[in-house]
Amino acid sequence: MFDKNKLEEIRLEKQNWTKNNVEKTISRFPERKESFKTGSNLEVKRLYTPDDIEDLDYNEKLGFPGQYPFTRGVQPTMYRGRLWTMRQYAGFATAEESNKRYKYLLEQGQTGLSVAFDLPTQIGYDSDHPLSEGEVGKVGVAIDSLKDMEILFDGIPLDKVSTSMTINAPASVLLAMYIAVAEKQGVPKGSLRGTIQNDILKEYIARGTYIFPPKASMRLITNIFEYCSKEVPKWNTISISGYHIREAGATAVQEVAFTLADGIAYVEAAIEAGLDVDDFAPRLSFFFNAHNDLLEEVAKFRAARRLWARIMKERFHAKSEKSMMLKFHTQTAGSTLTAQQPDNNIVRVTIQTLAAVLGGTQSLHTNSRDEALALPTEESVRIALRTQQIVAYESGVTETIDPLAGSYYIESLTNKIEEEAMNYIKKIDELGGAIRAIESGYIQKEIQDAAYNYQMEIESGKRIVVGVNKFQIEEEGHKDILRVDPEVERLQREKLKALKEERNNKLVEDVLMKLKEKANTSENLMPYILDAVKAYATLGEICGVLREVFGEYEQSIIL
Amino acid sequence: MDRPIRVLVAKPGLDGHDRGAKVIARALRDAGMEVIYTGLRQTPEQIVQAAIQEDVDVVAMSILSGAHNHLFPKVVNLLREEGVDDVLVIGGGVIPEDDIPKLKEAGIEEIFTPGTSTKDVVEYIKRNVKR
Repeated sequence: MFDKNKLEEIRLEKQNWTKNNVEKTISRFPERKESFKTGSNLEVKRLYTPDDIEDLDYNEKLGFPGQYPFTRGVQPTMYRGRLWTMRQYAGFATAEESNKRYKYLLEQGQTGLSVAFDLPTQIGYDSDHPLSEGEVGKVGVAIDSLKDMEILFDGIPLDKVSTSMTINAPASVLLAMYIAVAEKQGVPKGSLRGTIQNDILKEYIARGTYIFPPKASMRLITNIFEYCSKEVPKWNTISISGYHIREAGATAVQEVAFTLADGIAYVEAAIEAGLDVDDFAPRLSFFFNAHNDLLEEVAKFRAARRLWARIMKERFHAKSEKSMMLKFHTQTAGSTLTAQQPDNNIVRVTIQTLAAVLGGTQSLHTNSRDEALALPTEESVRIALRTQQIVAYESGVTETIDPLAGSYYIESLTNKIEEEAMNYIKKIDELGGAIRAIESGYIQKEIQDAAYNYQMEIESGKRIVVGVNKFQIEEEGHKDILRVDPEVERLQREKLKALKEERNNKLVEDVLMKLKEKANTSENLMPYILDAVKAYATLGEICGVLREVFGEYEQSIIL
Repeated sequence: MDRPIRVLVAKPGLDGHDRGAKVIARALRDAGMEVIYTGLRQTPEQIVQAAIQEDVDVVAMSILSGAHNHLFPKVVNLLREEGVDDVLVIGGGVIPEDDIPKLKEAGIEEIFTPGTSTKDVVEYIKRNVKR
């Protein structure tokens, strides 16, 4: 990108500067540390110059927004056209309570919904299952049947909002419920917009809400790809998630590498199931974490976009540019929030918001200051949403596209992250792909090592966390936190009992029988799941039938 | 003491957040303890069975889903029902301060919240282990 002679001059000048200025200064005032590292322990030099990106070919490596390789963004105008979708993940207690919170968030200017389900729902148990005890309505809303889903979206026009649902193992069931609610509202499924997470591989790696073994899970996922490409074409059928991988302790490089390796596995599974890559790949979406190291995170998002574009083009021979675009949702890093001096978390979230926006995210959830203590209060959620709005409307970073491009440091770091992530992907290919690398525990072990290292750096003081290992104060207990009423569990069980008395149980039996029969064939299960849902079969009943046919995943425990 | 302290690190309930549990497990092991990790989704009954079978001195549980008030005391009660009263039971996770006194009353002897150093946990166990 630079003139050869000019580069030579710059190199010479740099040598002079090091000798005459830097070394002199250091001899009197040593630098703060012997070596400087990013938040993910990549080496950081004192200064970056054109020398560090001498081979950077602008058209090949950066290009233009909305064009291959999408390093600078996936849309031609980015935030000058439309701001990112502000989408706060929310849900707790009953469908009635959560419905109120959604309406509140929409009134406050939020532009999309993001549904948090409780753990029993995520693992395919009804609220009256013994394993659900104590968990009903805790980390999200409890959904047992279509009945709850009707209440959850009551008065919310599904043709107007886009809805993201954090649901994985039972994603097909919840998607079916959403379609059924829309139909009752008179909204055709072809016009529905939203996302299901539907990413089982990262559940095995890091998040833990798996049900079925990999083979059956991959079949359910490709069934959804196929069904949606025909019936729900505007729906994002998967959100391939690095978020939880990072939360589990992975570095920025590992987050990119393991997420894209999972992505490769999904694409391979769908192609193997007979789908054409350009039929489903445009609906793949991604989900990343925004951590504290602002510049490293920006480089990470750019590297991920470029790497995915290359993989789709070169490895899978996609023809449509839409198949090569890495669109992503971002959430700020929950694991960086401290229980100590929780208001400081507002500042952390602001930095992370900037990282996501400067990195070109399509949508964003900002965490609330009190999430290291409990679920957030309404006031905390509002501050978190306002943080996005301040960055969007006041900071000015939205006015030009990819403003950090061309920074010697950012471009050099983007190259570095791409290169190191690619090395991991090669290694995973050698191990036989992401599924094998998960089954053998390789990916989990890499993440655990990074997590342990991170913790030890905090404890040795090598890594500073304000309020935790430096600048501590004596603190009073934090009283103003959200509590989920334990009554929710009883209420939910009563609703379930009433449902089972009033629905047509003969019909439920028939649809479940049919589903079981089809699960044993290679037919697409979506239509049968939809029938079951509409007959008010419960989530637990539907997943129960599938458990009988598919069995359950056994976690490989590696310490 | 002629044998290393044996610890069962357990994840009761449906919560899948095991970063903390695994970091603690490894830190305890590095401190010379023998550590058994249960893996995810353990019922209180399974935890108690594992504690008895593995003859552990400590049961260290982690919950981040908010189900601690229900699940932690259940483990202590089941241990007592089995006649086990010399095992140190501790817990950690996202646990509001207001809940801690009740949990201690129920027999969970210490609760560690976010930001705790693994060294503090190691020290606490060494000082308070009962056998």
